[in-house]
Order: sequence, then structure tokens, then C-alpha cells
Amino acid sequence: MHGPLGIKMAMEIRLPVARTRLPESLDRDTQKHLVVPGDTITTDTGFMRGHGTYMGDEKLIASVAGSVERVNKLICVKALKTRYNGEVGDIVVGRITEVQQKRWKVETNSRLDSVLLLSSMNLPGGELRRRSAEDELAMRDFLQEGDLISVSLDFLGQGVLVQVSPSLVKRQKTHFHDLPCGASVILGNNGFIWIYPTPEQREEEAGSFIANLEPVPLSDREVISRLRNCIVSLVAQKMMLFDTSLLYCYEASLPHQIKDILKPEIMEEIVMETRQRLLEQEG
Amino acid sequence: MAGLELLSDQGYRVDGRRAGELRKIQARMGVFAQADGSAYIEQGNTKALAVVYGPHEMRGSRSRALPDRALVNCQYSMATFSTGERKRRPHGDRKACEMGLQLRQTFEAAILTQLYPRSQIDIYVQVLQADGGNYAACVNAATLAVLDAGIPMRDFVCACSAGFVDGTALADLSHVEEAAGGPQVALALLPASGQLALLEMDARLHEDHLQQVLEAASQAARDVHALLDRVVRQHVREAALLLGD
Repeated sequence: MHGPLGIKMAMEIRLPVARTRLPESLDRDTQKHLVVPGDTITTDTGFMRGHGTYMGDEKLIASVAGSVERVNKLICVKALKTRYNGEVGDIVVGRITEVQQKRWKVETNSRLDSVLLLSSMNLPGGELRRRSAEDELAMRDFLQEGDLISVSLDFLGQGVLVQVSPSLVKRQKTHFHDLPCGASVILGNNGFIWIYPTPEQREEEAGSFIANLEPVPLSDREVISRLRNCIVSLVAQKMMLFDTSLLYCYEASLPHQIKDILKPEIMEEIVMETRQRLLEQEG
Repeated sequence: MAGLELLSDQGYRVDGRRAGELRKIQARMGVFAQADGSAYIEQGNTKALAVVYGPHEMRGSRSRALPDRALVNCQYSMATFSTGERKRRPHGDRKACEMGLQLRQTFEAAILTQLYPRSQIDIYVQVLQADGGNYAACVNAATLAVLDAGIPMRDFVCACSAGFVDGTALADLSHVEEAAGGPQVALALLPASGQLALLEMDARLHEDHLQQVLEAASQAARDVHALLDRVVRQHVREAALLLGD
């Protein structure tokens, strides 16, 4: 047949055919325990329940249709199809849906839109340059609605989060500190303080931190615990938090056991010492 | 219609079924690749299609987002060619809104919405051919679609209609039987626990007969469940085979 420009067009027509069922010979694993919602997985209450299950009436019941997976004491049901749940280290591709103040909303086919912070972006001038007002206004120049991006899921790795009042965090040039005691700390302006073991070497890749999930050695854990308790003491005594105050407080706390730091009399003693050292240093 | 015998002396209905007999049911899951979940069901001559999207970010007004659970949004529509006479139905008409609300109540009872705060789950159902039992077919199709999407539910939701003629309860009414004007009950059931997700009745029924009609509807819903269960298991088994290990 001939199309509008006189060009020959070929047309193929197909009729619907009944779908062929899979041959039964493929059914090799009868070990897979397939369940549908409402099925009782087990009545043994010793198991921990994972995704795809819920507890009802002393029984563990499936909530999705899929195969039961058991890892030691944890039972979960893996559904055939789900929305994306972010895993650490994943590279995802997303599409920008919105440009908001200081961040972008990214659609990643998960159950909620992901957020890309302006502060996570590597901008010219160095990684830890403070984001200025011009950067915010220029956000649209970097990424607009409809752009596709690929990011590595940013994850802070293992560490401890301490929430304090934002007013106690001193405004400084940089909020990422590597303390000589062996741990690093991020003093967020919003009052969220993240304490984590100093990584061996900093990854130089743009905006990606490969999360280290190896077990943290006991010495590092102790340092982190001690730092955490120091922060709590400083906050209790209404002292401003910044890298020097934290460090002095840490050194002052060394004679004491970690758990004793939280005792009121010891807390006062340590913070007093910290104040003195800071005064001496200024004077 | 005068002279139309809904139940003959020998106990046969207009289409030759017995009082408690269901129409032939066929269902298929995963009919659309683009949607998160989809399903198609035929109950006798009633054909319904259900499509599920979600859970995903709230579209439109963020203020409507619930802080502790997902919002279930249901829309019901009938195709223009679904009834005997071609009829264009406007989108926001009362019947569709009421059905949408009923579907939403039904599925809010069954879906574990607390797992997805501030999200939205959309369920769209369309009746392609309406021969009675529209609500039931929609619920059954939507259940399969929600399962196909991998959204956790307490249990299946199985629905069926029932009526009452000449002292006998009839299960799964066809359009002819519905149009006769007798009492009709629509019931949605969570089979494992026996809990009712929705119960609705039209016209008038003497309370002495209510128990009988409810039992007929419940039994019919359980029969539907047996069938849907088989369909889902078959689907899961095939998918598990294809996915391998």
C-alpha cells in the first residue's frame, strides 16, 4: 500500500492468541513456600516478623502474595512487585519534580519522592563551601524540573545522632570536624549532631560516600559514647557547642568512666573545667 | 416485568442457576505493565477492570496527606458501552461518587495503611460490562489489583450480592434479578477472620429474613474467595518460576 508521500508501507496484523501456560516440568522447587494474604505462616511466636507479615491472634499472617523467606529468627514475605525501597550504596536514577528552597524533589519510583539537598551537591569552589544565597537562586541553573539525574544514596554510615536545641550550636565556618580523639562530628545547625568514626580515607568522588558497614571497633565505640555523653553534659549546662568546647570537655572527662559523665556532680565538674580552659585560651 | 419468574418451582433461576450458585468467575492479574498493579475479572457477564497506583507521594494538595497512614483514593466509572443502552456518564456523578466512597471504605479496612504515612494509594475501577453485581465485581477486581501491586493487606476482600425471592435467598444477582426491584444486599468480607468490610442494602427486607440473606451472601463471598485464592496462587507460582532464585 502507498502512504501519503507515495512511499510503500508494510503493515503487519496480529490476532490475539491465548497465552500458553508454563509447562509443569519447570516446577522444580517445591521448597518455596508461597503465600497469599490471610495465610498463616506460623503459630510459633518465637519468630520476629519482617516485611510482608503482621501479627494477629497469636499467629504470624502474610500480608502480601509472594514467597516466604526465613533468615534465622526473622520471617518475611517477599512480594513479587513492590515500589523501590532505597538500599545503601544503590545508584538511582531520578527525575526532578520540584525545585524548592535549598533542595530538589526527585521522583525515584519509591513510595515517597526523594530529596536532593543543595548541600549535598558538589559546587565549584570546594566541597565544603558554605551555600550562599546566590547558590540558592541559581539552583534552577543546575537542575530543573524534568531533568534526569543519577545519585548514589547518601548515607552517613554508622554513628550516633544527638538531638539538641538549635540555639546551642555555634555558627561556624565549617560544621564537619575531625576530632583528634578519633571520631568525627557533624554539628548541624538544626540541632542534629552526628558522631561517627573517622573514616580511613575520604572518598574523593563527587558527592558520594561509600557507607562503611564493617563492625566498629570497641575503642571507637567508646570514643563515640564518651563524646555523646559530653554533648549531653554541655547541653545540660547550657554551654555552646563547637569543636573546641567539645574537645576540651572530652579531655576533661577522660579520668571518669563513660557512664559516670552523666551523673550531675561529675557533669558540673567537667563542664566547669571546660569553661575554665576556654577562658584561659581566650585570655 | 410481570410474569418473569425469578425462581421456578423446581428451584431454578432465570439463567438456570440454583439459589446459592455463583456465576462463572474468571480473573487475571497483571494485565497492564504500566500500572503498579492491575486485574481483570468476569463474573458471569459482568466484566470489571481494576488498576492500582502506589503507594506514592501525595499528588495535588499536600495538606490532605495523613501523618500516620496512607490515603486510599478510589474512583469508580462505568464505560459508556457497559449497559444495554449506550449512556455517557459524567465523571463526578452521584452514583460514581457513592461507589467510590464505598470502595474506599472497603479498602481502608483491609489495606495496612499505617505502613505508608503521608502517601497515597490510587485504585481505579471501571466496569466494562454491567450485568448485575457491579460493586462485588469491582471489589474482587480491586483486591487482585492491590495484591498485584504488592501492597500489604490484612486479607483478601471478597464481595458478593444477595437477594430474597419467595422465601429463598439468592446469591450473586444478575441484572435481571436486580431490576426486579426486590431487596438486595451487597457484602464485602475478609474471609480468614470472617469480618465484614462493608454491608449495604437496597429496598426493604423484613428483619426475620435478614439472617438468611446475610448467610447466603457470606457463603457466596467465601466461594469467591476460594476462586480468587486459586488465581493468585497460580499467578505467584508462575512468577516465582520465571524469576527463578
